Amino acid sequence: MRPLDAIGYGLASLGSNRIRTLLMLLAMSIGVAAVVLLTGIGNGARLYIVDQFSSLGTNLVIVIPGRAETASNTPATLVGETPRDLTLADARALARGDAVQRLTPINIGEMNIAWRGKERQVPLVGSTAPILEIHHLQMDRGSFLPEEDMEIARPVCVIGAKVHRELFGQQNALGELVRLGGFRCRVIGVLGSEGRSLGLDTEELVIVPVAFAQMLLNTEGLFRILIEAKDLGVIDRLKTHIKTTIAKRHYGEEDVTIITQDSVLATFDKILKVLTLTVAGIAGISLVVAGILIMNVMLMAVAQRTAEIGLCKALGAGQLQIMAMLVTEALLLSSIGGLIGLGLGFAGSWLAVQFYPALNATPPPWAIAAALGTALGTGFIFSLLPARRAARLDPIRALAGH
Amino acid sequence: MIELREVSRIFHVGGQEVRAMDRISLAIQPGEYLSIMGPSGSGKSTLLNTLGLLDTPDSGAYLLQGQDVTSLNDAQLAAVRSRTIGFIFQFFHLIPRLTAQQNIELPLLLAGVSRRERTGRSTPLIEAFGLSDRSNHRPDELSGGQRQRVAIARAVINKPAVLLADEPTGNLDRHSGADIIELLEGLNQGGLTLVVVTHDPEVGERARRQIRVVDGRIAADVRRA
Repeated sequence: MRPLDAIGYGLASLGSNRIRTLLMLLAMSIGVAAVVLLTGIGNGARLYIVDQFSSLGTNLVIVIPGRAETASNTPATLVGETPRDLTLADARALARGDAVQRLTPINIGEMNIAWRGKERQVPLVGSTAPILEIHHLQMDRGSFLPEEDMEIARPVCVIGAKVHRELFGQQNALGELVRLGGFRCRVIGVLGSEGRSLGLDTEELVIVPVAFAQMLLNTEGLFRILIEAKDLGVIDRLKTHIKTTIAKRHYGEEDVTIITQDSVLATFDKILKVLTLTVAGIAGISLVVAGILIMNVMLMAVAQRTAEIGLCKALGAGQLQIMAMLVTEALLLSSIGGLIGLGLGFAGSWLAVQFYPALNATPPPWAIAAALGTALGTGFIFSLLPARRAARLDPIRALAGH
Repeated sequence: MIELREVSRIFHVGGQEVRAMDRISLAIQPGEYLSIMGPSGSGKSTLLNTLGLLDTPDSGAYLLQGQDVTSLNDAQLAAVRSRTIGFIFQFFHLIPRLTAQQNIELPLLLAGVSRRERTGRSTPLIEAFGLSDRSNHRPDELSGGQRQRVAIARAVINKPAVLLADEPTGNLDRHSGADIIELLEGLNQGGLTLVVVTHDPEVGERARRQIRVVDGRIAADVRRA
């Protein structure tokens, strides 16, 4: 039988039992759609997180007080112990490295902000002018923290859009004095209303000079120091610079944890890839179930078409040819089902993007190939048994309808 | 052309040995018209299936066109069947989802013949068998006689050397049966070897050579003058 004839013959026989064919297509397409959709969502989540991290700048090196127990740069190091504070003096010393492009110390706390009887609690960030560049913050109006020595506790603040809305409504906040904790401070700028940074909603932030924040929070220590390297190539030099500087200043102890952005990124990337793969594997099980369904239905088909198979043998079809005919049918089923499933999967991803635009739920090419490959593979493998059974039918008994 | 030498076929049914063919020797010349008759269970169907290479004898030799076919493997047997043998069955065995023409072309399809050549060979047959206005109908839209005509066309489209018919009129009324026998005899007169297995003495006695099988043996081999 010629390949095209075999396909035509297979399609005709699939078409002769529509309900059975539709059920099998359904099972196959749901399996493939599940793989495509789930990997798409997993991949989207990965891209989203990677994107969030890269928006911080991959040249970024974060110095956290305290030595992490483990040597690896996992997110777990974010909660390391703090034997000795990082101070502004440390930050100033670190800023002198030639690999440093920008540096900003950070302090974080909760604080009440009040204006003319209106009051609310806000996350307070103490920092310096370079954080604007490092965190890609947008200004809506006014100016950001002035470029000046980080030790100067100038009582000014830059407020988030939501803070501005809630305290001032439609009124102009620039130049107004607000009460921040026990101190008065002048609003010099309003942040643009976009983005989250380091898990904080910039709309709700109040940013003040770091020395002022230390005064407000009554602390000498820093939450962390962000350092941007001149380029990716000098990150190792920068890390050495940080270690030696800190060791020199902390009586020989390297009691800080250094996190590079790309190592965090790589870790997340790895975790999410594995997660996506796991989810794809789970979805793959549904494909195997579909394969078993195909096997069952093919066995039924062989039983129903015993006489036809016997006839084909009497008319000169060998065992291999009978097998090829049935396997062709199964492959047709699984490839058509696979294509429908791809369509469904892509439609599903598209829908997911409509609901969560931030999630770029495009299935990765390998997932498409894997889903189609698995569909064809299961179709092939699970049709072998029924096909072999058909091929071995005794034509005399088969023609008699047994 | 066909020569069976001491061919035996033994079935085991419920612990009992049934000799469906018991050292049968038989020679059939090209162009012969032969009927095989006998009571149920006499072994005439087994004989026909053996001649058609659907069944393999337990012992003895089968020479088909000078070739010993008892030692061929499945693929070789299939190839010989495809080239040499045409089958006609009591129950027609047409594929219900295929049209008359597609059913007729099935052996060519299986043999890998191109569509153009298939049509080229089936069209004259369809005309000769009076099926021109039925060629696009499916079997359930055809009468019994028409179905058997389609089956005969299918059996001869590969230009076989021998046509084996198993009760070709068994499922037809008298009139259609006679019609079909005439068609088969016409093909025989064109040089095709014809072997008919039948219960019906009226059909069997038309053959120029009549074989009677009883208990797996040839009880009579009569040639009409």
